Parts: sequence; structure tokens; C-alpha cells
Amino acid sequence: MQKITRDTLVSKAVSLLENGTVDAVLGWGKGEFAYDVTPTVFETADEIRENFVWNDFCGANFSKYLVSKTRKLEGKILVFLKPCDTYSFNQLLTEHRFDREKVYVVGVPCEGMADISKVKAITGDGISAIDFTDNGLVITTLYDDEPKTVAYEDILAERCVNCKSKKHVAYDELLGETGEVLESARFDEVAKIEALTPDERFAFWQGELSRCIRCNACRDVCPACTCEKCVFDNPNSGAENKAPANSFEEQMFHIIRAFHVAGRCTDCGECSRVCPQNIPLHLLNRKFIRDIDNFYGEYQAGAEVGTRAPLVDYNLDDLEASDVFERRDSE
Amino acid sequence: MQVNEYKPLIVAFCCNWCSYAGADLAGNNRLNYPADVKIIRVPCSCRVNPMFILRAFQRGADGVIICGCHPGDCHYTSGNYYTRRRMALLFSMLDYLGIERERTRLEWVSAAEGAKFAATMNDFAEKVAALGENKRLEDLRCKK
Ligand code: SF4
Ligand code: SF4
Ligand code: SF4
Ligand code: FES
Repeated sequence: MQKITRDTLVSKAVSLLENGTVDAVLGWGKGEFAYDVTPTVFETADEIRENFVWNDFCGANFSKYLVSKTRKLEGKILVFLKPCDTYSFNQLLTEHRFDREKVYVVGVPCEGMADISKVKAITGDGISAIDFTDNGLVITTLYDDEPKTVAYEDILAERCVNCKSKKHVAYDELLGETGEVLESARFDEVAKIEALTPDERFAFWQGELSRCIRCNACRDVCPACTCEKCVFDNPNSGAENKAPANSFEEQMFHIIRAFHVAGRCTDCGECSRVCPQNIPLHLLNRKFIRDIDNFYGEYQAGAEVGTRAPLVDYNLDDLEASDVFERRDSE
Repeated sequence: MQVNEYKPLIVAFCCNWCSYAGADLAGNNRLNYPADVKIIRVPCSCRVNPMFILRAFQRGADGVIICGCHPGDCHYTSGNYYTRRRMALLFSMLDYLGIERERTRLEWVSAAEGAKFAATMNDFAEKVAALGENKRLEDLRCKK
């Protein structure tokens, strides 16, 4: 359960809106269901009081929305950012994707967000109500007479299980306290896959990637994917197919998507969160991050504004491509 | 003589300023390298978009090699340094996905290195031939 309350966020948003600091508020709004929280732009205090949501399903990272919202809006926009979101925010600033002056960032501490697929795996479908208690989520479904309690540690989103940092790296104002950069085990699974034989790796990825329905959600949500014209929308690229025409398109899409964000991906976890097929996209992104760390020195995208991403940089004595496997196999 | 001897199809991206001239020199010197190496001339090794490589595999290549000027000699000063990073990461990713790592290679070949060009191609073709046809990254539907 989140320690900071909805009331704190609502009164902050309302007061900044009413005193004229900001003209709009980007926050989590009510969706169809309790777990189905929708990114929303609020323009009045009443809307905020009525529809603003803050609970364990506020996974959505708003940094990318700023690119289009700041363009449309004349004045300033308030945005609520969790620690991991602030890395994306910095990365976008590094890439000059929006005007910092038009944004007012309120940092919110985060206790970890829930993954609805994990909840449903325990409770089944048909969730009609969710209560947020100290012991966990109390879930009422259409099909069970008794509500079920699920513990937070069983339903934590993957990115939160392996949270890399509770520290806000950008904000104008903080609610509560910021935390520390964490020692996370986020590369463990990548290492496990690396240790498999090539045949096993191929089988693993074939199994995962063949489920892809090419909804493009992973691209659309990604704060590192902000190209105005994406290769995957270009009919001449041969890769614009909305449905995987064949297994190769799947691999190509996934390799290229991950490659395009390599060095700029902050590991914010949004791609895996939104994937309707639960494909572990973070295992691709983290592979690149791990390789970059190994080959060129540790680099965390978005930790600071203005750093050079590893793929637009080089050293004269960089590792040769032919030495990559030697380096890795000797680990 | 074996009639159906398997010959791998190799796509070689060669930068205009060094490696392509190196290939030319290999030809002028009558050095042998496999006829199934298809050379694609690019302005600089860093023109090679990862998508080109995947596309080549999709269209039936069994191996893809990128050749550029030696580090420090790129006609555009630093193109090949970017290539080096990109390809290191891309090759590592392909390996991670279970694609045989011998199917991709990056080599530095200067305009004076006709012999190195031929030797590199012979060696690469041999390694790829040992792997057999590229099944994993090939798109069967694109085959005519
Ligand atoms: S690739 Fe995924 S984890 Fe990386 S920045 Fe994009 S959405 Fe976030
Ligand atoms: S997939 Fe590549 S081209 Fe498409 S938006 Fe992302 S970075 Fe840009
Ligand atoms: S979100 Fe999932 S299903 Fe959709 S395109 Fe990405 S990987 Fe495929
Ligand atoms: S011109 Fe040859 S590598 Fe750049």
C-alpha cells in the first residue's frame, strides 16, 4: 500500500492549480475498474477532487505525455512522477523533447506498484471491488462469495520487485521523502538466459516472442520511443505489419525496438507493464544495459540531464566486436 | 566432385573508401574468394543500420559481414567507432536470442589489404558453411 495518501496529492494539485502555478495537472484518473487507472489531464479542481486516483495501480509513467501535452498547452503543466519516472523525465530532457520551463514536477514516493495480471492469476477474473489495506489487497470478484486478501509481495510488478532506485532524480517539489539508489537484482535473469545453450535460448525466445500480437503498445508507451516518424509505421520498411506476418517479423520488431532504445532506455519497465501478452521485454532491454555496462562502463540513462548515451559516443580503445563473446564467456 | 555441395550465401557490407577498394584489389590481384559473397557498397561502415543485417538474413543470407576502414582511418573520421559499438551490441543480442554467433562478423579491411579481404571472406564463408543453412533468422515466406 502506498504510504502517501491520495488526499495529499489531491490537495497539492488543487492548491497549485488554484494559486496559478500551473494551468493543468497530469495525473492518474479513474478508469472503468479500480485497477484500470487512466492517465488524465485535469483542468479544474473539481475534476481533480472527483476523478484523481492514487493507489497501487498507478504504474503509468507520465514523462512521455509531456512531449505532446506541453506542445498543446500555453501555460505550465503539473506532473506527478514516481522515482523511476524521473529517470525517463531526465532522459527526455537530455534529448530536448520538451521545454522544462513548461513543467512543474511533483515527486511522489512509491512503495511499489501492483501487477493486475499477477492479481488475476490468484483471484481469477471478474474483479468487482478492491480494498487497499495494510495486509494487502482485498479483492471481491463476481464469482466468489468471500473476498480474498492477496499480499503485496505476491503481486508486485516485475519492475518494482527489481526496483533500481527510490531516488527522485528530478523534481520541483517533493511530497514525503525521496529514497536511495538501490542494489537491485535486475540483471539476474539476463545472466540466467546467457548461461543457457544457444538452442535453449532460441527456444525460450521463440516461445516468448511468438505470442506477440504487434499491438505496438510497448513502443507507444516507451519514453525513449518518441520519434515523430517510427520505422514501424513506414509501409516501405516492410516491418509495419500490425500482426506478425511470420516469426521473422516478430524477432525483427523486438530486436530493432530494443536496439533503438539501447543506451537511452532507463529501464522504467513500462513496456513490460503494458504488454497484453506478458512478454518479458525488460529481458531484452536489460541485456543491452548489461552489455553496455560490461563493455563501456556503467551507465544509467536519465540519472543526469545532458549525458551522452553510449551509442552516440565512443572511445578509441573500445572493445572489438569480435572480442565481445570472449569477454562475456570469461565472466 | 560433389554436385550438391552446400555453399553459404554471404552478404558483405563494404565501406566505399577502404573495404570496397580492398575487395577491388583482391580482384585485380586475382585472389580467390567465394563467389557467393555478395558485396553491398555503403558510404561508410556506420551506414549499416541493424535492420539491413536482419533484412539480409530474412532474405536468405547465411552470414553477414561488415567491413570498414581501420579504426582511425574512417573517411568520415569517426563512423567506424560508432559501428564498432553498435555491432558489438547487436551481435551480442543475436547470440542472446540463440542465433549462431559465427553468422555475423565485423572486420577492418583497408584499401591496401586485398589479401586480407580474400582471406577474411574465405575464412568467414568456411565458418558459416560449417553451420549450414540459416534457419533461425530466415523468413521462409520470403523465399521465392
Ligand atoms: S524500453 Fe521499456 S523500460 Fe526502456 S525506457 Fe522504454 S518503456 Fe522504459
Ligand atoms: S521503435 Fe525506433 S523508430 Fe520507432 S519510435 Fe522507437 S526509437 Fe523511434
Ligand atoms: S506490447 Fe507486447 S504484444 Fe504488443 S507489440 Fe509489444 S511485445 Fe507485442
Ligand atoms: S568510411 Fe570506411 S568505415 Fe567510415
